[in-house]
Amino acid sequence: MLTFVVRRLLLAVPVLLGVVFVVMLTVDLLPGDAVTLMLGEHATKDAVAKLRDHLGLDKPFLVRYLEYVGRVARGDLGRSIQQNRPVVSELADTWPATLQLTVAALVLAAGAGILAGVASAVWPNSVFDALARLGSLFGLSMPIFWTGLVLIVVFSLWLNWLPVGGAGSLAHLILPAVTLALPSVAMISRMTRAAVLDVLREDYVRTARAKGVGELWVLGRHALRNAFIPILTLLGLQSGQLMGGAVLTETVFAWPGLGRLMVKAIFARDYILLQGAVLVFALAFVVINLLVDLSYGLLDPRIGRQG
Amino acid sequence: MTAWKRFLHNRLAVVGLALILVLALSAALAPWLAPYDPTRQSLIEKRATPGAKYWLGADEFGRDILSRVIYGSRVALLVGVLSVLIALAAGLVLGTIAGFAGGWLDAVMMRGIEILLAFPYLLLALAIVAAMGTGALNTTIAVGVWGIPTVTRMVRGSVLALRETEYVGAARALGAATPALLRRHILPNVIPGLVVYATLFMANAILLEAALSFLGLGVQPPTASWGLMVSTGRDVLLVAPHVATVPGLAIMVAVLAFNLVGDGLRDALDPRMRGSV
Repeated sequence: MLTFVVRRLLLAVPVLLGVVFVVMLTVDLLPGDAVTLMLGEHATKDAVAKLRDHLGLDKPFLVRYLEYVGRVARGDLGRSIQQNRPVVSELADTWPATLQLTVAALVLAAGAGILAGVASAVWPNSVFDALARLGSLFGLSMPIFWTGLVLIVVFSLWLNWLPVGGAGSLAHLILPAVTLALPSVAMISRMTRAAVLDVLREDYVRTARAKGVGELWVLGRHALRNAFIPILTLLGLQSGQLMGGAVLTETVFAWPGLGRLMVKAIFARDYILLQGAVLVFALAFVVINLLVDLSYGLLDPRIGRQG
Repeated sequence: MTAWKRFLHNRLAVVGLALILVLALSAALAPWLAPYDPTRQSLIEKRATPGAKYWLGADEFGRDILSRVIYGSRVALLVGVLSVLIALAAGLVLGTIAGFAGGWLDAVMMRGIEILLAFPYLLLALAIVAAMGTGALNTTIAVGVWGIPTVTRMVRGSVLALRETEYVGAARALGAATPALLRRHILPNVIPGLVVYATLFMANAILLEAALSFLGLGVQPPTASWGLMVSTGRDVLLVAPHVATVPGLAIMVAVLAFNLVGDGLRDALDPRMRGSV
């Protein structure tokens, strides 16, 4: 198990190095002079020269890349161009809000999605199943930013139950978390339904039923346990969807998180800040999927031992 | 039963196909269908609620929302189709190379794909747009590039599996050259899976274009893009909710249509998958 963990951790390093490389390369391919774009056309020569020096733009790309990686390894992500603050502190200010939002959404999505999916699989082709499947089709098709606005209109404007935006209390969290969770609820319930239906067709489930094992026990002990591996894989992948969706949700609800910071950085052409934010998102995504891989071993002892 | 017949037996898929036809017609016939010029402003009628003159109301600048929704289908479909083509073409070439070459080239390419897949959804497209700038063309490229890793992986997987099948081995033993093998035996078996993926990707491409435009990083004003329309409406959400919500409905219907057809195609082409996921 330990070798499995270590090997997986080592495999994550080149992926992250690659992510930094891709982000820096896209910025580098930028047509025209990055510095002029950042400072605007009316910047003084002095300011341009200073920023060029700060960014090390006169050095070759690979040198800059290696220097950046070296600094990142020491925990230095540079200084943001707009605020002239360490990128690390800008990220530290915003990531808790994003974590709160995405975790709330993930819990909601997993809870509602798995419940709906199991119910659909247990009573296939029932009215509930039909409604759940239709609902999940809509859930997958609604643009997340629009869902957020519709929820604001209904729950803030018409019913006046919840705040329009901002952060601070549990009431502020409800609408953004529900908005962000909806597409994932749809995805997870579809996947759960399919996985549970598959398992319910297995011989060992028939055997258990034949032995007279209660239906709930069959579900909990046999069906869910075995259906959980594909569901868990999906949860890991959905975390990526949630992070991307967080960018939109945070924009809609003025939620002070990483996603909104990223959009601001793009508008301000603050590439140092952008690089840092993308890196944090990618790191989180890689770590979550690593955890998912590791937890397979807990659910199915056969997997860990092979590693 | 043929795949096409199976598809037609799926009522939801047929509804989806009908919706796509409506969308395509509205895109093609926009100048004749739209009651007004989509960019004509009438400031005294700004935020007009839906009524006899403006069926779906008017936006912040008094522009007819119905006309803009009709013209918006052009942007959605065009960006969608072109980005699907980018993703399919690049993914097909890269996936075939990786699957056929094997060895170190395959290993290097797959690591590269893993890196691109490590970007959470939307972030890769955001990074590309941040670097290249906004606009319809760059949005198309960003959405297309976002799809390349998945297509590449899919194609490589099928090529690898097919390469080991007996009939490909037999064809090779009979002296078939690689291009002939690809054309006759491999590609025809890869295509059905790709058609399903392309349809579902189209749905996601429309969503992604709308998302980028909503953030102000995609299609730029005054072009009528649905995502952009939701974004403009957001500023007046509390006084005139219809300005933001109506264009969003158009996005949902379009995405739903492609999802329905994609699901239907998958079930029709591979009956064993029926009802799953």
